[in-house]
Parts: sequence; C-alpha cells; structure tokens
Amino acid sequence: MVIFGVALLAICMLSGVFLGELLGLSLGIEANVGGVGIAMLLLVLIVDHLKKRGKLSQAAQDGLGFWSAMYIPIVIAMSASQNVAGALDGGPLAIVAGVAAVAISWIVVPILSASKRKEVFDGALDENHLTGGEEANVRNIK
Amino acid sequence: MLETLSKVFTDNPLIVSFAVVGAAMYISYVISYRFTKGRIHGSAIAIIIGLILAYFGGITTGGEKGLSDVSIFAGIGLMGGGMLRDFAIVATAFGASFDEIKKAGVRGVVSLFIGVILSFVVGVGIALAFGYTDAVSLTTIGAGTATYIVGPVTGAAIGATSEVITISIAAGLVKSILTMVGTPFVAKYIGLNNPRTAMVYGGLMGTTSGVAGGLAATDPKLVPYGAVTATFYTGLGCLMGPSVLFLMTKAAFG
Repeated sequence: MVIFGVALLAICMLSGVFLGELLGLSLGIEANVGGVGIAMLLLVLIVDHLKKRGKLSQAAQDGLGFWSAMYIPIVIAMSASQNVAGALDGGPLAIVAGVAAVAISWIVVPILSASKRKEVFDGALDENHLTGGEEANVRNIK
Repeated sequence: MLETLSKVFTDNPLIVSFAVVGAAMYISYVISYRFTKGRIHGSAIAIIIGLILAYFGGITTGGEKGLSDVSIFAGIGLMGGGMLRDFAIVATAFGASFDEIKKAGVRGVVSLFIGVILSFVVGVGIALAFGYTDAVSLTTIGAGTATYIVGPVTGAAIGATSEVITISIAAGLVKSILTMVGTPFVAKYIGLNNPRTAMVYGGLMGTTSGVAGGLAATDPKLVPYGAVTATFYTGLGCLMGPSVLFLMTKAAFG
C-alpha cells in the first residue's frame, strides 16, 4: 500500500530529527544536529535492506517516489516564502558578506572535490593502497 | 463574489499553494523552453520567480515570510515551510545510492568543517572592513555568514546587540538566496555534476534551503547528496560559533 512507503518515510524523518535533537542536547547547543541528514541515511539503509529482500512493494515505492517528486515544487514554495526584503534591508555589509562567502565557497568546491583526500579514503577501505597516490580517476574507471 | 472567492482561498491554504506553485512552474518551464531553449532550467526560473514574489510579498506586508504573508497565499508558507521541506528532502534519499554517500563520506565531513570556518572568516573580514572591531560583533556577523540560524544563535549566546544580530541574519539570507539562484549557473564551471562534488558542495555552502534549491535547479539527482551534508552544517556552526570561533576571534581582536 502507498501509505506504507509514506509511513516509512515519516518514521525515518521523526527518528532522525529526534536523534538530531538528542545530539544537539548532548553537545549543549540549541540546534538540531543533522537530524534530516540522519533521517536520510536511515531511509537509504532501510530501503536498501527491504529492496534486496523484495519486501518493498511497488505501491510503497510509489508513496516514497511521490514525495521525492514533490520536492522541487516544495522548494519553489520555499523560495516564495523567503525573507528577501529582509535580506536586502540588512544593508551593504550583509549583502557583501553573503556574496563574498558564496563566491569564495564556489572557488573552493573544485579544489576540495578533486583533492588527494579521496585516495587516502579509498586506501583506508583497501589497506594495500593506503600509501598509493594513484590518479583521482581510478574509482571512475571501476 | 470576490469575497466568496477570497474565503475559498483562505479556507484551503495548502490546496491554493498546490495550484499556484503548479501554475508558476508551468509558466517557468514554458519560458525555459521558448526563450532559453532549455539552457536555463525551468526550476531555476521558477525559484527566481518565487524569490521576486517573496520580495513583493515582503515589502507590501512588512512580514518575514515573503509571499505567504499575503493572506490568500498563506498556504505557500505551509507548503514551503520547514516540515514539508524536510519531509521531501528526506524523500529524495529514496533515489540515492548508499555506496556513493559512503565513498564521499570523509570528504563530505572535511568540507563541512572547511565550509563553516571559511564562511566565518569571510564574514569576519567583511565586518572588519565595515568598521566593526569588537570580538562579539565580529563573531556574530561571521556566524551569520555561515547560515542565518548560526548567526542569531551565536549572537544570543555571546551577547551581541540586536542590530548586529539583524545584520548577521541578513548576511545568511543573502548567502542562501544567492546559492539558490546561482548554483545552476556556476555548476559546470566547478564540476558540480556528480554525487561526490554534490556532497562537498552541500558541506561547503551549508545553507540547506540554498543547496536544496540550487541543486534542484541544476540536476535533481544530486539533491540527496548535497542535502545529506548540508543538514549537518547549521548544527556544526551552532556548536563552533559561540565556542571555538568566538575564542579565536577574541584572541585575535581582543
């Protein structure tokens, strides 16, 4: 049934957000630490587990798929409810700081995503290659 | 007649938002196809239209929730609010591959730390250039440059003035909006076309709404990877802002 997929999604989200709140409390900060991220990881693991055993019916997958597809319209509704006027009211300091942070982060993206850390990480999975500094493309060829 | 229509709208806010967003998306996709031959993604145009509407909603009502402060469009706020947004973001993980997340995991975590510190340092630098010299204001503005939640959380914790907290929120909003609008345009220059880079991107930019919107307009398949790291950013920022980052700023600027 469709609701099984939607319920699975809801349970994952509630568990993740709950764990995120607990994590925030235990760190002594007033914020949810990665609740949505934890929920996503839970969902990926559970779906993977259920699919491998053929326990996730097509209808249940449709329930998950519907909300996944509603994501873009929801993001557009989100953009329409942003405090755009407030952002511009913050004055030149706020605008310059926001723009500079985004521009500099953009520049760093290719540096970070193509750095040599990848090999160290891959190597950690496979002890033999721990010190092998092979090309970054190795993984892609596989 | 008009009153009855307005009553139907205000009585069914969420349903109105489905119709309005659907219509806005249809128009956006037509614009995308007719005028840009699909080069600018329909959802990028829809997000820009949404932000423009939010601006006019904000200046006409003086509220903080954009178009949704206009009573007949209140449902937009419900549809685009935190609850359904997070629900749909979690749902995108349905199409994600755990192997990809695992492969880029370490890199995603590294990018989170670099992302928070980088945005913070940029914010502090700009605040210095604008004449702020005390550690509390510098830290708050730096934290706001991370995200618009980290700014006020940090500012409240270290006792910043409300003027500075407002600036920090605005800086975070600018970052979020620019990320939403700009991501599809810079994507090809920064190699943002695979799950690994998307995870780094989420960690570096950190604004969940910005990353989620930006990636949706770039390639919806990348959304779960960017979102999975971005959702940890605000928590990490709230952890580091009033503590490590404040102490460092205090040590540097007294």
